[in-house]
Amino acid sequence: MRPETPHDETVPHSHPDPSVDPHAPLADGGRALRVGIGGPVGSGKTALVAALCRALGDELRLAVVTNDIYTTEDADFLKRNGVLAPERIRAVETGCCPHTAIRDDISANLDAIEDLEDALGPLDLMLVESGGDNLTATFSKGLIDYQIFVVDVAGGDKVPRKGGPGVTTADLLVINKTDLAPMVGADLSVMDRDARARRGTLPTIFLSIAEDRQAQPVADWIRHLVGHRRPGQVTVG
Amino acid sequence: MRAHARLSAEADGRGGTRLSRLRAESPLLLRQTGATGGTVTVHLVGGAAGPLGGDDLRLDVAVGPGAALCLRTVAASIALPGRRGERSQYTVSVTVAAGGVLHWLPEPTVAAAACHHAALATVDLEQGASLVWRDELICGRHGEQPGDLTVSTRVRYAGRALLHQTLEIGPGADGWSGPGVLGGARATGSLLRVAPHEPPVAPRLLGPTAVWMPLAGPAALITATADTSQRLRDYLDAALPALADT
Amino acid sequence: MDTTALLLADGRFPSGGHAHSAGLEAAVAAGQVNGLPELETFLRGRLATAGRVAAAFAAATRRVAADEPEPAATVTLLDEELDARTASPALRRASRRQGRALLRAGRATWPAPLLNRVPAHPDGYHHPVALGLTAAAAGLSPADAALIGAYGVLTGPASAAVRLLGLDPYGTQALLARLAGACDAVARAAVADAALPPADLPAHTAPLADIHAENHATWEVRLFAS
Repeated sequence: MRPETPHDETVPHSHPDPSVDPHAPLADGGRALRVGIGGPVGSGKTALVAALCRALGDELRLAVVTNDIYTTEDADFLKRNGVLAPERIRAVETGCCPHTAIRDDISANLDAIEDLEDALGPLDLMLVESGGDNLTATFSKGLIDYQIFVVDVAGGDKVPRKGGPGVTTADLLVINKTDLAPMVGADLSVMDRDARARRGTLPTIFLSIAEDRQAQPVADWIRHLVGHRRPGQVTVG
Repeated sequence: MRAHARLSAEADGRGGTRLSRLRAESPLLLRQTGATGGTVTVHLVGGAAGPLGGDDLRLDVAVGPGAALCLRTVAASIALPGRRGERSQYTVSVTVAAGGVLHWLPEPTVAAAACHHAALATVDLEQGASLVWRDELICGRHGEQPGDLTVSTRVRYAGRALLHQTLEIGPGADGWSGPGVLGGARATGSLLRVAPHEPPVAPRLLGPTAVWMPLAGPAALITATADTSQRLRDYLDAALPALADT
Repeated sequence: MDTTALLLADGRFPSGGHAHSAGLEAAVAAGQVNGLPELETFLRGRLATAGRVAAAFAAATRRVAADEPEPAATVTLLDEELDARTASPALRRASRRQGRALLRAGRATWPAPLLNRVPAHPDGYHHPVALGLTAAAAGLSPADAALIGAYGVLTGPASAAVRLLGLDPYGTQALLARLAGACDAVARAAVADAALPPADLPAHTAPLADIHAENHATWEVRLFAS
């Protein structure tokens, strides 16, 4: 182990104080905006992360934490697809409980985020992808600032009506695979109507990542959030 | 039986090693059996008759600056019960000075039925000392369940703890043969290599039940379990082939 | 044992433990644990090895952290002694990761000035040391720290076994209840040990703990972090 010296505040040290409230006011040049991406298995979470990496990788300092139930599977997908340098991706093991790792006990994710920040320096955007779970899985506000919930058309047009915390409270609902709607007999207008009823003024985006490889509307939504945190811009609290 | 043996090795000033002290006491009988390439080899010839319940055996070994000693035994030690279930103890104290080298390569210890034995070793290495330390334990003779046996090894390097492990087997050690400790293996052992002048090794799997691990200090440890003593030896030797013929 | 102790002992205390199986995932994969009988011997072995060490170091750290005016050097020494007792680098990593997570949760839950007398460790303290520090911050006794340490060694892999093997949860709880006496005994012995110099604290080890941990660390696909 490394030699230890008494804590000296005059010496810059790289580990954030674990007792700092992650929701302290976000000062200019503060920590990265943390966006959680959740949703059921197969809805396209990893595809969305890959699309956002393509869209934003050159303009933002970006890193990704994945929580796939199979450790490194999502991280490997991202690396294989070359959308982000491997050192910008961390995988978190969740012990068969993906929802626990993003909601009830967020410590492994916080560690992964700290490690990425230590290794890479200041970042603009940290994407935290949950493991595929069910409609009730949401992120802790101790872990992320905003969350995106991804469902897909192929899961049936009743999903928005069923609601659940993800559909109802996510800061952005993404309904993916719109290109499949005719094939699975899903009515997008029904989904839109139900989503509005469930979500009030919270935004919903219909998307086909298969066709829009950079998920442009979602990337724009994130650009807007990050822009608000840049120096000289309005700070969100 | 009580015995206290002492062995000291010093550099002879001509690139070799000489034994400056060799005080043996039965059953800890020591014989110099070789001197090649600057290394003196000493065999402990007391071997197979014990330790027996009630025995209190001590061995002190000192390796001076620049000296190189290899210590072996001629046969496995079989820990046997005393008549009244007394405990036996074998205490080894070792110091190796800077630039000194010790290869501690005894044959296995066998825990016989109803034994009550403890093998306790403390090794103090000065900065720059080198060590190879082999520990092999066989749980019972053929078809026999072992008695209680403890092997405890503590190694310090440059004044700091480097490795400290205590393994307990036998009826007094809860769960010792289960999947958390030995997984039913009859043989287990380790080989510690302290090599301060070599670059650190990466962790390596040597087989389904054998691993080579870098320690937190300038050393690596192979730990293995096996069905037989020969398989165990193969695991411990295979990782360090150069040591097989020292 | 009071409510504060129960909070810290609770598996729901958010300190990252749910992602660790303490070698059970590897033991299951090796075909050595398939059901409750093997789980029992697994847990008994863990308790007699890792449990004794964890309980003693937690109690010793709690004693030093709360009772000594300048605990930093001894806490660092206790942490180094745990390095020497943890041959497997994968286990050292897992222990420090869990220690880091525990201390994060502990500081947020019980923000005691006493923790400022101990320097931060860049990789996180070993889990038993972090447990002792958290117990000190929470105002718990060395006996509490020892018991929570031993208890965690049992309940962590037991909970993982329910998830990995689909074991009957009632059967698993009944097994834990049968082990309660052994767990109490380990904690009591640890309290007695806690006054010893760090070098003389228990060092009980299990070859398969190292072997399983190193194997597990090489897997491409795994559910648990250790």
